[in-house]
Amino acid sequence: MNLLSVVRAGIRSGLIVGVIAIFIVLIGMVQTFAKRYLTGEITLGMVILLAFGLVAGVLAARQVAKSSPRLGHKVLAAAISGLITGVMLAALLLVVSQVSLRDVLVNATPEMVAALSFGLPLSGAAVMLMGMSVATAVIAVLYGLVPPRLRRALLEGIMAVILIGLFWEAIIGLDVSRLVMNFLGVKAGKVLPLPGGIGLLGVVSLVTYLLRMRPRPETAVVRQRHRTAWRYVSLVLIAGAMAALPFAVGLFWSQTLTTIGLFTLMGLGLNIVVGMAGLLDLGYVAFYAIGAYAMALFSSPASSLGLGLPFWVALPIALVFAAISGILLGIPVLRLRGDYLAIVTLGFGEIIRVLALSDVLKPYIGGPQGIMETPPPYFFGTQLSDPRYLYYLILAACLVVVFISLRLNDSRIGRAWIAVREDEDVAQAMGINLVAAKLMAFAIGASFAGVGGAIFAARQGAIFPMDFTLFVSINVLCLIIIGGMGSIPGVITGAFFLIGLPEVLREVDEYRILAYGAGLVIMMLVRPEGLIPSARRRLELREEEAEEGVADVAR
Amino acid sequence: MALLEIDNIHTYYGNIHALKGVTISVDKGEIVTLVGANGAGKSTTLNTICGILKPRHGEIRLNGESLNTLKPHEIVAKGISQAPEGRRIFSRLTVMENLEMGAYTRSDRNGIAQDLERVFSIFPRLKERARQVGGTLSGGEQQMLAIARALMARPRVLLLDEPSMGLAPILVQEIFSIIREINQQGTTILLVEQNVNMALQIAQRGYVLETGRVVLQGSAKELRENPEVRAVYLGETRH
Repeated sequence: MNLLSVVRAGIRSGLIVGVIAIFIVLIGMVQTFAKRYLTGEITLGMVILLAFGLVAGVLAARQVAKSSPRLGHKVLAAAISGLITGVMLAALLLVVSQVSLRDVLVNATPEMVAALSFGLPLSGAAVMLMGMSVATAVIAVLYGLVPPRLRRALLEGIMAVILIGLFWEAIIGLDVSRLVMNFLGVKAGKVLPLPGGIGLLGVVSLVTYLLRMRPRPETAVVRQRHRTAWRYVSLVLIAGAMAALPFAVGLFWSQTLTTIGLFTLMGLGLNIVVGMAGLLDLGYVAFYAIGAYAMALFSSPASSLGLGLPFWVALPIALVFAAISGILLGIPVLRLRGDYLAIVTLGFGEIIRVLALSDVLKPYIGGPQGIMETPPPYFFGTQLSDPRYLYYLILAACLVVVFISLRLNDSRIGRAWIAVREDEDVAQAMGINLVAAKLMAFAIGASFAGVGGAIFAARQGAIFPMDFTLFVSINVLCLIIIGGMGSIPGVITGAFFLIGLPEVLREVDEYRILAYGAGLVIMMLVRPEGLIPSARRRLELREEEAEEGVADVAR
Repeated sequence: MALLEIDNIHTYYGNIHALKGVTISVDKGEIVTLVGANGAGKSTTLNTICGILKPRHGEIRLNGESLNTLKPHEIVAKGISQAPEGRRIFSRLTVMENLEMGAYTRSDRNGIAQDLERVFSIFPRLKERARQVGGTLSGGEQQMLAIARALMARPRVLLLDEPSMGLAPILVQEIFSIIREINQQGTTILLVEQNVNMALQIAQRGYVLETGRVVLQGSAKELRENPEVRAVYLGETRH
């Protein structure tokens, strides 16, 4: 490979990353994130700026590596790539600081200049941006030379610092941490102090490094026994942690946990419809809304029915309503497949929301004013309005639904769904009742969402059509895709990432949809099977790596 | 009375009159073949038997019992299963799961285990690959899997739709000798084929279909010797 093509690869990846960097800066992400301190004076905004150089370096090195193994070539390409990204960022800084672009680009403010220049004078800042970008690009390439074990340990240390730094304020706000700090007699500031950050990096890296040193048990039998024992211990630990969680983390986080739980319920339901039966449903929020409205109608004394039934009576009614509406939606779409099904269900979701808003139904379900005064659930005389108590109700609901999902997975109907997903015609030729299988999927999926909606209504105390927008459906679909379609732990993980993270990181909330889009694209490129894929899915998408997966699925 | 009787059926695709009065009968223990060119109506006949298409006139009977009103999955439960055209195995499921899916209508654990043994003894290669994903099998192995999957329903009549399609001649030989073996073990087979030569070698009787009508029928031997058949389907020039 000649030098020219190395240079060309460097320029190309530098330009790509530069354009992305300018875009990210212009939408105001860097300046928003510059307010978020990670450790000491280091902000999330700086980390993003550093990441541009890293990505530029890695991208260039990868391109060169295809045709030349020489380190010199990689470093050269990375340096060029980093330089170009840096030059583009510096140019952006100079333009924004000299010319007012605010009419068109609302984020091009002095704040942006400050976030890009780190308080240095302009010319110094421009040089600094370029130098930093080149340096990080080269470091990114050289980092590949570090022995893998040390590399991973360091990476995990850095991740730990970023995570703990991000959540520092939340963490020190926890009841548990307050107790610990009182005990130790320390007072924590709002930001993880720099020595603490460096110490954390060192400790986490060292620990993970040492953990990897430990020799693995020799024979398969030993490992097996080791595994089952470990499994029980971890199960008990997890159960204990989950039971103690709401009181350890306090009110705000408990509220967030209940939201995560509600989305987990919906995710598990949609997982059956989309993940198992392969019926792409984009109007899933409809069943959530129907469950919520049924709960409000039957349990609120202020509703048009005015029955004021207790939560535990209204809950099964809400479930049945949702299941029936699932079947009612299912019947007309039985013959539709793929895109057409998605469009019709999308419409169904909107119809339900518009109906809830409509004047025609206003006397019955309140139109835009919704239904007020839905009472909280009672449990043996205890009112579960505190999110810390509600958490247990939702946890119980999630556990039931997880159990049902697990059983369905291995059942006859579960197999029938898989066959329908793979090939409808052949499924029929195997003797599977297509109509029954599809309707069953819709009904069960809908009833899970109905339960979620019912609990949601009882938690909120009042519901409005605004609560049931298309965005809920998209959220649920994204969380099962990112978590791993068809995988139950995946759904739970997805709910934590997509629902929990934006709740805690308010800065991210502003860029939520952008992050979803970027997240989905990245997932499809890097890990199409999801964060925690099911054994089957891993098998489908990672044939060569999934030798163990074969055994898992086939058993 | 024949085991499977197809009595003067007329099947339509919308306004297109695809089958114009097809009458076929299959006796217990026979291999009957249905041959014809592309578009003659062979697969349409099979799909009508399976209940995926409904005949507008005529009747299909299994053991004297009409299948006309039954849904496809009910017909499978009655004892008619098919290895569809183009194999159509579940390519993302393992071989074992494909076979289990074939036994979907059954609930007799012991019987299923027996049939699994039987299928593996007929197709030893499937046993070797039981845990492999269907899509990774070769074409011939996929055809074997499709036949094995249909056998797992323990059918009274096995419908095979072009099992030789897209296979190398040596594999076609192998598949056909397996079909004969399955028949000798007692399964009645209705075989749809374009490879007329091979089909007439293993079948006892045959029907020739042309544009939705049966134009010739008889024992395999008669058909093999029929000058019309030889010219059109066996590629011999007329003397």
